[in-house]
Amino acid sequence: MSDTFQLDGAAVPFEPGQTVMQAALAAGQYIPHLCYHPEFKPHGSCKLCTVKVNGRTMASCTMPAEAGLEVESDIDELNALRRTLVQMLFAEGNHFCPSCEKSGNCMLQALGYDLEVHAAGFRHQYPDRPLDASHPDILLDFNRCILCELCVRASGEVDGKNVFALAGRGITKHLIVNAESGQLKDTNIALTDKAMQVCPVGVILRKRVGFSQPIGARRFDASPISAQALQDAPRPSEAAGGCAACEDAP
Amino acid sequence: MSKKLRIATTSLAGCFGCHMSILDIDERLFPLLDLVEFDRSPITDIKHCGPCDIGIVEGGICNAENVHVLREFRKNCKVLIAIGACAINGGLPAQRNHLDLSACLTEVYLTEPGLVHGHIPNDPELPLPLDKVHPLHEVVKVDYFIPGCPPSGDAIWKFLTDLISGKTPELGHGLIHYD
Repeated sequence: MSDTFQLDGAAVPFEPGQTVMQAALAAGQYIPHLCYHPEFKPHGSCKLCTVKVNGRTMASCTMPAEAGLEVESDIDELNALRRTLVQMLFAEGNHFCPSCEKSGNCMLQALGYDLEVHAAGFRHQYPDRPLDASHPDILLDFNRCILCELCVRASGEVDGKNVFALAGRGITKHLIVNAESGQLKDTNIALTDKAMQVCPVGVILRKRVGFSQPIGARRFDASPISAQALQDAPRPSEAAGGCAACEDAP
Repeated sequence: MSKKLRIATTSLAGCFGCHMSILDIDERLFPLLDLVEFDRSPITDIKHCGPCDIGIVEGGICNAENVHVLREFRKNCKVLIAIGACAINGGLPAQRNHLDLSACLTEVYLTEPGLVHGHIPNDPELPLPLDKVHPLHEVVKVDYFIPGCPPSGDAIWKFLTDLISGKTPELGHGLIHYD
């Protein structure tokens, strides 16, 4: 019999080594998240998965599960915090959903829907972030980058290519491409790479397939992200298998 | 309800798509008109906004006239609603925000191939464009936002009926859209 902790009043069993997030998803309890991906080591940067553990706010994706923890997640205070985080991400980049081919399949957008975010508010920054369309098959639209490092992790840990990295600090932090020219065409990225599948927003795009899914048939048209995240989890060490969170490999 | 609510609507730096969506509430316009009457709106062609209960503004702020109209709405409307992507985050017109305005005007009116004796419009009746396009909430206090490009007629109906009945408007899955 495994140990349990309490999540919003329900007992959640866990295996040794699991995080609060992993155990919660495995038990069918959703905690909102953006930079967490079940196939990768947690990053703990987006803070969408912040919960209260015995009264202290912690990132549930990095918090090791322990017997007897009292975890609160679906409470007004934390959902208001999550709403503000999503709003800040929208105000910081150029997230113009009507022209984005990831619209309907975008996790940031889906979280905004699920948290009933009607507007970003704040002063929009409208940063100037030119595209990289140099690669024949792949487009990079940096306007939408939320710095989750999933592509960095996938390219490094799974593909063994280190095509992507984050450079700069604070508000100047940005995604870069590991090539002398700084252009994607001068890397060895391939359409079959894991890095092509994990972007939660619309930065890394296959060319010539945009808008192929009609409105109504896109992933988050069917049901909200809170209902679908549970289908993705858990996947202990079945990285090569199916993954609803990943786009289909070409 | 003894007295009908007064609603004003306008489109600033928008495409009137959101107003088309307002018309898309279709036959429900009749029960709506039992509850409300329209002040300034493209539907009534009234040119200036009087005291209203609800103001609905489509489009962002891209020129000086937009600022005046928006302030008139804020001054006269108890509740101000930003409707659609452009009103909420600048939308399509704001895609020029990372470009220099004079470079935009020069390319469109002077250097674009096919223009003969082109000149940048300078009639004093034309409102001056702003350096950047702004969402409404950067200029006045906005009370509610209905996202979408455009929001569906169903979303507008849900939002307005929630608001008129005194509830906090909620859209929920299927009605909340940013695209």
